[in-house]
Amino acid sequence: MHPLIPYAVASILFGLGVVGVLRRRNAILLLMAVELMLNAVNLVFITANATLPKAEPTGQIFTLFVIVIAAAEIGVGLAVVLQLFRLKAAINVDEIPLAEPAGEPEKEVADAG
Amino acid sequence: MTGLDFLLAGIGLVVVGAGWAVVATNQVVRAGLWLVVCLGALAAEFLLLTAELVAWTQVLIYLGAVVVLLLFAVMLTRAPIGPSPDLDRKIGPAGIVGVGVGLGLGTLFSVAYGWTRYDLPAQHGSAEVVGGPIFTTWVLPFEVVSVLLLSALVGAVVVSRGSK
Repeated sequence: MHPLIPYAVASILFGLGVVGVLRRRNAILLLMAVELMLNAVNLVFITANATLPKAEPTGQIFTLFVIVIAAAEIGVGLAVVLQLFRLKAAINVDEIPLAEPAGEPEKEVADAG
Repeated sequence: MTGLDFLLAGIGLVVVGAGWAVVATNQVVRAGLWLVVCLGALAAEFLLLTAELVAWTQVLIYLGAVVVLLLFAVMLTRAPIGPSPDLDRKIGPAGIVGVGVGLGLGTLFSVAYGWTRYDLPAQHGSAEVVGGPIFTTWVLPFEVVSVLLLSALVGAVVVSRGSK
């Protein structure tokens, strides 16, 4: 097994994830691109683990942790995205204003709390 | 190049192709479905690298839970069926940064590993081999991760419940 093959796949996949995060406007597609990056890292962990001389599963255990944390991240991320969609009626990240316009009552903030 | 190498490279091509489709398609639902192909092929890659338990966890959690959650979110945000022309910004800067990151990582790995050949250890990723260290060496991080997952899901409920 030449580990450079899965490493090359992981590098390309991570690059694709970066392209997706920077290029996509839809927040859900952005989260999908983040998943691509996390999975590229998982592939690196698994491949590095397979090159160890002793049968130690440390890389696989880290991969399991990454999968669990990715599940938590996607849960919270989608909750935030859906709440934003309810409050602002926009799913494209560059259409959502970061700050409240000046002079407007803080109705939406009160809703969110 | 052995048969395993050709399999790894072939499935890697599927992973990369599906990943490209995820970031390039102009239909939101299809991006989610290509994500299924990409993550499933990655699970096959894990299986080839003897990480059985991780491969099946990948199928269970990513294909079974995360993708379904993403598709639910696509439905709840009323994504249009069919192509949407305004899904992307211009590819220029993002493409430059992405190609740079990919090339940089690839160079790093090829410098670090070269064309070295390794023999895969046998019985390397069974539930017994992975489960033992989780409950001995890594038991504290394991418990912390479970608390993190619980608090993240409670947080998700609180965020999405709104104010009333």
